[in-house]
Amino acid sequence: MTNETFFGYKRENNRVGVRNHVAILPVDDISNAACEAVANNIQGTLALPHAYGRLQFGADLELHFRTLIGTGSNPNVAACVVIGIEPGWTQKIVDGIAETGKPVVGFSIEQHGDIETIATASRQAKEFVHMTSGLQREECDISDLWVAAKCGESDTTTGLASCPAVGNMYDKWIPKGLYGCFGETTEITGAEHICEARAVSPEIGKKFMKTWQAYQDEVVEPYKTSDLSDSQPTKGNILGGLTTIEEKALGNLEKIGKEVSYIDVLEPAEAPSTGPGLYFMDTSSAAAECNTIQAAAGYTVHVFPTGQGNIVGNPIMPVVKITGNPRTVRTMGEHIDVDVSGVVRREMTISEAGDALMEIVLLTANGRLTAAEALGHKEFVMTKLYRSA
Amino acid sequence: MSIPHLLVHDRQDNVGVVVVEGVEAGNELFVVVTEDNSDFKITTKHDIPIGHKVALTDFSEGDTVIKYGVDIGRIVQDTKKGEHIHTHNLKTKRW
Repeated sequence: MTNETFFGYKRENNRVGVRNHVAILPVDDISNAACEAVANNIQGTLALPHAYGRLQFGADLELHFRTLIGTGSNPNVAACVVIGIEPGWTQKIVDGIAETGKPVVGFSIEQHGDIETIATASRQAKEFVHMTSGLQREECDISDLWVAAKCGESDTTTGLASCPAVGNMYDKWIPKGLYGCFGETTEITGAEHICEARAVSPEIGKKFMKTWQAYQDEVVEPYKTSDLSDSQPTKGNILGGLTTIEEKALGNLEKIGKEVSYIDVLEPAEAPSTGPGLYFMDTSSAAAECNTIQAAAGYTVHVFPTGQGNIVGNPIMPVVKITGNPRTVRTMGEHIDVDVSGVVRREMTISEAGDALMEIVLLTANGRLTAAEALGHKEFVMTKLYRSA
Repeated sequence: MSIPHLLVHDRQDNVGVVVVEGVEAGNELFVVVTEDNSDFKITTKHDIPIGHKVALTDFSEGDTVIKYGVDIGRIVQDTKKGEHIHTHNLKTKRW
């Protein structure tokens, strides 16, 4: 077995981070340029550009705010500079992040212009770098670790090897107090009744089914053409041998293991509030969108099974790639952190694959850069519920 | 145990997955069922890429394909044992 502690950064709100970023967070698309200029001026900072934040309203605006506040609040972020076009929404994001107790300051561009804003924000960002870059890691229990999961460019090997390895990790670590998370609402289609039965209670199972049915009714049915066969499964899935959504769903659900039950159903980017355990989150199955809202919910490490070789990363949450496909290991091994292709050769058991993953997750939590981090993958993508006003 | 060419999840499954590269028509494949480690052999009728499925039985149009012991869709054209199963002959029952 692996050593079950890790070295992380204890934050003001008692959460533990595994990275120590000073984030430069735009409230809206038109503030990206100022944020990127600040990050260019001050080493040790990280700009988080994204495409939205103007003329959104209702539930879509709430999700945008929740995603930004959650991102700044994630314990992998030590301090945060927020920049928006105007002061109202900027202050709302600052106030939300400030509830964690971490250092956060906002700047707005109107009546100042980019150049003055960039200069002022750069001086603040430099202070934050000095305040946080000397923080030391401390030994933490596995129960301080929040590990989310999502698979991508799946194929038939993900259901045989890499997803069962993630499930094995959850079976071993959830009873020790880990926070887990899975999602991908449309991708459960074909296995929704199996998923419903894995809830901790019939009430939570019904809550899952209500979420799943809403995605079918509100997203799939109004917009589908003949069927979703060009998107679910994806072209990459089909190249990898997956034929139907049912087949893909059954492989996907291997990620939740054999023994654990999920204890609640979360809205997109909603932080878990009922203690340690496995959670289902209502997410898109698109990798960057799903990872972004899992990070905004507070998850600090991500495990990502892939078959054909999805290369996604996240700016604030390290994404650990695991594959059981020997061809993917051979052709694009630079993207893979954990090779469990031994499972399909029957040289490695699922339990051994789970142990191999857990060892890399702990190393990642200790500071080892993942393949996606080393290769510069920082995909930060908002989930949009509907068109802006 | 030698390295399997084809893996089957469940005893009830009527398809298996190629897990090695370079499978060609006429190859005799060593098949392992992961549920209980039982094994058997089957001869393929097509070149089949890694990750793709092979029929373990003869199918007629309308038959259900079972993988993980669960229904994963319906056969839309007659398919013989040892042939490739994919989007040309298997469709979802959803959407």
